[in-house]
Amino acid sequence: MVRVLARYGDAMRSSFYTLGQVLVTLLLLSAASGCSGIEPWVKPYERDRLADPIMALDGDPVSSSYLQHVYESREGARGGEGAAGGGCGCN
Amino acid sequence: MTRLLTFFLAALLLCAPAHAGVLPDDRTDILYHLYDGGGVEIDGPSVLVRKKAGKNLSIVGNYYVDMVSSASIDVVTTASPYTEERKQWSLGADYLRGDTTMRFGYTNSTESDYDANTYNFSVSQDMFSSLTTLTLSYALGNDTVGKSGDPAFERDLDKHIYGVGLTQIITKNLIATLNFETMTDEGYLNNPYRSVRYLDDSDILGRGYSFEEELYPNTRTSNALGIRARYFLPYRAAIESEYRFFTDTWDIESHTASLTYVHPWRDYTFEAKFRYHDQTGAHFYQDLFSRSEATNFRGRDKELSPLTSYTYRLKASYAFLNDGKSWGFIKKGTVTASVDMLLIDYHDFSDLTALAPIGAEPLYSLDANIFQLYFSFWY
Repeated sequence: MVRVLARYGDAMRSSFYTLGQVLVTLLLLSAASGCSGIEPWVKPYERDRLADPIMALDGDPVSSSYLQHVYESREGARGGEGAAGGGCGCN
Repeated sequence: MTRLLTFFLAALLLCAPAHAGVLPDDRTDILYHLYDGGGVEIDGPSVLVRKKAGKNLSIVGNYYVDMVSSASIDVVTTASPYTEERKQWSLGADYLRGDTTMRFGYTNSTESDYDANTYNFSVSQDMFSSLTTLTLSYALGNDTVGKSGDPAFERDLDKHIYGVGLTQIITKNLIATLNFETMTDEGYLNNPYRSVRYLDDSDILGRGYSFEEELYPNTRTSNALGIRARYFLPYRAAIESEYRFFTDTWDIESHTASLTYVHPWRDYTFEAKFRYHDQTGAHFYQDLFSRSEATNFRGRDKELSPLTSYTYRLKASYAFLNDGKSWGFIKKGTVTASVDMLLIDYHDFSDLTALAPIGAEPLYSLDANIFQLYFSFWY
């Protein structure tokens, strides 16, 4: 059983490492995009609706972290809800 | 993993992004929370203060208290009602450099029989004129588990959380976020106060069963994948849907989905939400074991049993201070009240307070209300 779990853990770590490599590649491409000028399909001046407070992915951080704690205490699942990841940059 | 993060950081620092990211708004939230249900009452305050220090740094602090008064189903069947207090504080910083935001944080939680320290770090990169935000995160938790009435009892629990998130602007009206988290726990994962139930003909109380200590595995690895999308409706309202899939090495698998509707009207904002959660039970969970020490690992925590939960939320917010008005340096102020009605149906957890014959006990269900009242100020 322990061996199976260990193997499963190794597989997960390996998958995560691979995922990380893909993300780093994406990062480097994105850095390059600063020079190559890839055009965003939603321009910064077209993001007024996304900048509306009703569109905030985490408009009430204190409340949402409290509720996350409530659910994690009463259910067997956890994580995956994450922070908004920086938002839409439309302030 | 360390190699990967080092490489990632080096790449971020070497790149000179063409567009500037943004730091979170300066704000203060003062919240009162109350959970009431299943014989448990938990209330207390939570205060969050966030303030920029210069153009590139934002500091955030949070103080949170849980005052617990518990006579839950677990307590009344195997122990005595109790009261306790949990205090938690956290301190964090966001550092912005071009399109890159680095976040550092520390959280300490203390109660009479549990001490937890968590360190977290994340890096976010805005891409394609902030159309896409990629985040990598890591958190390390060092917990010490104690037991009331037994000062010699002290066990360690270590946690590692690896996360990756992607936030994407899809159209002028639609934004979505995808998050993946892997968590590994190693150490004492039991609840030292919970017991398992097993068949026992010699039970002196004549119930036909007795209780013994739980015994959990010492490791747990879980994976969670969540996706969330928020859409701006034509008449200035918003709708959000969310889904999460969770699986772990204890054989718990769950699906969680929610739907939220947000509707502003004058200085008010109303919100309604429905959340659904369904999970299978841990492989070592049983409501009634066939004998004492029947399996290598055993548990009867209802949180690890198969269950379905439903939450209905109503929330209203009023902006008492907004554009055109201000209180000195405070530019905006809101007051928000919300109630979440939580219903949990347990599919394999008997209600022993019903005093029914063994095997004929009804299944337990929980009905709780969660109230929140908070003031928010932006400056």
